Amino acid sequence: MSLFLTQVLSGIQDGAIYASLAIALVLVFKTTGILNFAQGEMALFSTYLVWKFTDLGIPVWLSIILGMAISFVGGALIERVVIRPVEGSPPLVIVIVTIGLFLALNSVTQFVFGSGQRAVPAFYAHKVWRPGGVLISSDTLVLVSVLAIECGLLFLLLNRTKLGLAFRGVASNPESSRLLGVPVGRILMVGWGLAAAVGCLAGALVVPTTAGLVPSSMQGILVFAFAAAALGGFDSVFGAVVGGMIVGIADALTTGYIHALQGIDIIVPFGLILLVLLFRPAGLFGTTHVERV
Amino acid sequence: MSLLAVEELVAGYGPVRVLNGLHFVVEEGEVVVILGANGAGKTTTLRALSGVIEARGRIAFNDREIRGRRPDQVAAAGIAHVPQGRGTITDLTVDENLRLGAFTRRDREVAADMERWYALFPRLEQRRSQLAGSMSGGEQQMLAIARALMARPKLVLLDEPSLGLAPIITQDLFQTLGALNREQGISMLVVEQNAGLALEIAQRGYVLETGSIVASGTAADLTGNDDIRKAYLGI
Repeated sequence: MSLFLTQVLSGIQDGAIYASLAIALVLVFKTTGILNFAQGEMALFSTYLVWKFTDLGIPVWLSIILGMAISFVGGALIERVVIRPVEGSPPLVIVIVTIGLFLALNSVTQFVFGSGQRAVPAFYAHKVWRPGGVLISSDTLVLVSVLAIECGLLFLLLNRTKLGLAFRGVASNPESSRLLGVPVGRILMVGWGLAAAVGCLAGALVVPTTAGLVPSSMQGILVFAFAAAALGGFDSVFGAVVGGMIVGIADALTTGYIHALQGIDIIVPFGLILLVLLFRPAGLFGTTHVERV
Repeated sequence: MSLLAVEELVAGYGPVRVLNGLHFVVEEGEVVVILGANGAGKTTTLRALSGVIEARGRIAFNDREIRGRRPDQVAAAGIAHVPQGRGTITDLTVDENLRLGAFTRRDREVAADMERWYALFPRLEQRRSQLAGSMSGGEQQMLAIARALMARPKLVLLDEPSLGLAPIITQDLFQTLGALNREQGISMLVVEQNAGLALEIAQRGYVLETGSIVASGTAADLTGNDDIRKAYLGI
């Protein structure tokens, strides 16, 4: 029982990170209808930025906030400069552009920050409690709390502000929103900017719980985040969180009990993606678009 | 000075030219109707005015040139475009659709305006927290008009408001539009295939044929013209 609970908690901790990055994917997909394969590498660059700030002696929490602010601007610029010119192109063209962005960002990151392993410190003290043999780590508590706060703020932004209303309007019907005076281009930039900032937060929180920051740090996480978003529905922030948790817990339980899966646990997210596509292509909380003509 | 003065308006899609140099005006407080058959260029005219498609020529609104502006800038200048098919933002509630209609406004009277239009369209008020996409066609058309009015526009462009609506609902709708014009002084440019109803509320009209204006006059003149009666009124 204690092994089971320990594995579930560990799964929730991973799930919080997958959920965060999945939220970034959802924010981009909702507004621009694009599956952003470069989301992980955007987060990678952002996380290196946070590392650089901590390396300069800036407190970790401040480094994360600075990193998120710069990532917001960077994400908005990527939308304007890289994505806008291919807006409305066939999906394959856009997929290739985001894959190109993936490779470019990975190379730029290594060029700017080097390819060695970097340590990003955590902004909290690492502690472990063992009530009744169940392992509870401060990592889990912090990651889940941050995810909860992040979701709360996003909810307020999307549902209680004029910007959020415009954001949802553009996600649902850009042509009509534009006729109402919404500057659609700027809203799309905000969507990409928010996604980049959320990705930065995910990267800066996950790296201290792992061995260290390397140029491939975010690639595995992106696969799990894609599984989470596919599971929850690519257009649902709530779905991204539930999907992230399911993927995280499923992964922790399978690898915890089936030792043969350790090292090849990437089979879990792929298996989940396959199942979703077979039985519920829009995801658990995604909207299936039914056109009335 | 006219509220809207259009000169030499040329527009189309890619290499296909749809409008061949239109001239028309809308005066303050007027309802002007553009009649024409399918494919005459009615929708294209409105899309060119609101900046959805590129156009050449001059579009003076309130004495300012607005040609070449983006749709959101045209909306901010005071032109509300109710597109063909109503442009319902289906994933937002009726309330949210109306609030988004006021996106360009900075004043504090948005809530008061919402109540005002709810009073005019009680059906909408009953459904204010319902997703707009779940409503009937007639209700969505009312929503589109109320949403356009939320911007406090100086001019409303209406593209085939009767499309897909039952005759009785269309009749109601045009009565409401006429009342809005008489009582609130809202200027409108309406393109419509249902010429009879449109001419009842309009002061003036233009007839568009394959991208050119072939006739114009007061609503009474157009209603009395035999050719127009045969071609557009079916009598």
